[in-house]
Amino acid sequence: MDIIETVFVRNNLVVAFAVVGVTIWLSYFLANKLTAGRIHGSAIAITLGLIAAYFGGVYTGGNTGVADVALLGGIGLMGGGMMRDFAIVATAYGVHLSELKKAGVAGVISIFAGVIVSFIVGAAVAVMFGYTDAAAITTIGAGAVTYIVGPVTGEAIGASDAVITLSVAAGLVKSILVMIGTPLVARYIGLDNPQSAMVFGGLMGTTSGVAAGLAATDPKLVPYGAMTATFYTGVGCLLGPSILFFIVSGIF
Amino acid sequence: MIVYGVALLSACLILGMLIGEALGVALGVEANVGGVGIAMLFLVFASNSDKFRTLTQDAAGSGIKFWSAMYIPIVVAMAARQNVAAAVDGGVLALLAGVAAVVVSFALVPVLSRIGDSRAATGSDEQEAG
Repeated sequence: MDIIETVFVRNNLVVAFAVVGVTIWLSYFLANKLTAGRIHGSAIAITLGLIAAYFGGVYTGGNTGVADVALLGGIGLMGGGMMRDFAIVATAYGVHLSELKKAGVAGVISIFAGVIVSFIVGAAVAVMFGYTDAAAITTIGAGAVTYIVGPVTGEAIGASDAVITLSVAAGLVKSILVMIGTPLVARYIGLDNPQSAMVFGGLMGTTSGVAAGLAATDPKLVPYGAMTATFYTGVGCLLGPSILFFIVSGIF
Repeated sequence: MIVYGVALLSACLILGMLIGEALGVALGVEANVGGVGIAMLFLVFASNSDKFRTLTQDAAGSGIKFWSAMYIPIVVAMAARQNVAAAVDGGVLALLAGVAAVVVSFALVPVLSRIGDSRAATGSDEQEAG
């Protein structure tokens, strides 16, 4: 046992490559055999990843899913922000400027619309659940923007820890749902071209959710969605503790 | 040389991140504003320009394509390290807030895509607005 642990831990990133490779192989096998290719293999792989993350989190009590299991620590590095951003930027290779220009204005509008709409929806749910103080309502609304905007806003305006935790949970639900739901609804919302992908990225905003959701829908759309999504969290952090908080304070 | 492409990709990311971080400081925001998006723009410019041919074509190009192809495996690893347990523990309020935000946003995709079509011709200096 000791030998296995030593080798696995010392080579954790290499172990992650192997484990992810096997997971993807299995997912494509299942996609072809069980669904006759109707569900994309990567959608199954991402879902398996999320299920594993749930059990990893419950089993270890940590914050990073499977990556908290010592033998699978490399998943944390492979799936961390640095590698994710590196690979996302690489997908921009071969993108044509003309496509970006076509959706430029709609892309920018969608970022602001996305932040504001998610915020209103989140804040409305908070009010429905009986919250009446402006800081708590704003923080939960900001959590529905992304799980980064929630705590950034909450800390800036002095919300309680419990409320900040709730806002992170709301953001996580959003991110996970976008990962799983995007390939299922893509056809109904016209998500099949670069322009709608840019609008989609701007509206959803959660970089992880958009990244995984588009990967499972059509990898060609990834760079367009990711491009707008990466501005979303910044805009959210800008609006949350300022204008949006002032508006909520004015109402409550 | 494969490494030329990888180095170009790295340079784009670092430059984009620096600008995104600086934008965050300038706006007084505790976040990187669009760093990845800006980095992507750099790579789009480089791969559409003749000046950077030695860094983007042939072997150098396959250095970039490799990382582009590793994108889905990396996303699978990313899914496996999400804090799903915390999302489940968040209870009904977190669930409802998250689900409602996603459903409304999904519904807006076709609406805004249509706006984009009619105004497409005027889109030029878009990225600075973030």
